[in-house]
Amino acid sequence: MQDALFYLFAALTLLCGLMVVVNPLSRNPVTSAMFLVLAIVSMAGLFVLLHAFFLAAVQILVYAGAVMVLFLFVVMLLDLKEEARRKIKVFGIATGLVSVGAFAAVMVASIVGTHPGKGLIPQGEGTTPVLGKILFTQYLLPFEILSVLLLVAMVGAILLSKKDLK
Amino acid sequence: MSLPPVGLEHYLVVSAALFCLGLLGVIMRRNLLVIYMSLELMLNAANLALVAFSRYNHNLNGQVMVFFIITVAAAEVAVGLALIVALFRKRKSAHVEDLTSMKL
Repeated sequence: MQDALFYLFAALTLLCGLMVVVNPLSRNPVTSAMFLVLAIVSMAGLFVLLHAFFLAAVQILVYAGAVMVLFLFVVMLLDLKEEARRKIKVFGIATGLVSVGAFAAVMVASIVGTHPGKGLIPQGEGTTPVLGKILFTQYLLPFEILSVLLLVAMVGAILLSKKDLK
Repeated sequence: MSLPPVGLEHYLVVSAALFCLGLLGVIMRRNLLVIYMSLELMLNAANLALVAFSRYNHNLNGQVMVFFIITVAAAEVAVGLALIVALFRKRKSAHVEDLTSMKL
């Protein structure tokens, strides 16, 4: 059952990821954003299969909720109708495919060749209490720094979107 | 049809494939926003690998790392999209081939 669910979610994630990058039907950024939402939600399913329940919830809340709404706002703010009609350059496709294919071959060969999961039993449980305990003891300082980072990002975004940028 | 039982390798292969898809998008696409979405895809692929390692090595530090990555990615998206909007106001384009000079 779990294996079948893994194959389902993995196929869904990869398919939606592919549709984000090369969508044969539409070059509209809105469709890319929608497929990115689907990819993120099915990846949250993979997180649940890995017993990372807290991260699955955060993934859906933060990515599919906040980040994608931001993306869609910007896509609709910039009127990108003219961009959709440009043609893709063959040279760009060839270089992209060759370099990414080589990279993928190296990655998959190293994963299959070394068997990193040999003899390991899946037993890590990412429940909220356990994760919270680690977050507020061992990682307290990074956590606080992260809150400052969010404040800085917020101020920066407001400043950048002012009308007269000096 | 009999598929092998799922192990760490399966998750890592999915993660690698997703990362490669994101990389392909960054190299191939010419729209700034789609490039940005591909970057998000690459970050997510790294997250998946971290969570899988964390589960199989029984070490939750990987999941805390993913939590931090998600937060930093959200901050990065906010600033990056603000930059894209500011750039679009100046140049009237979100196409990388129109944005080749560094002068505003």
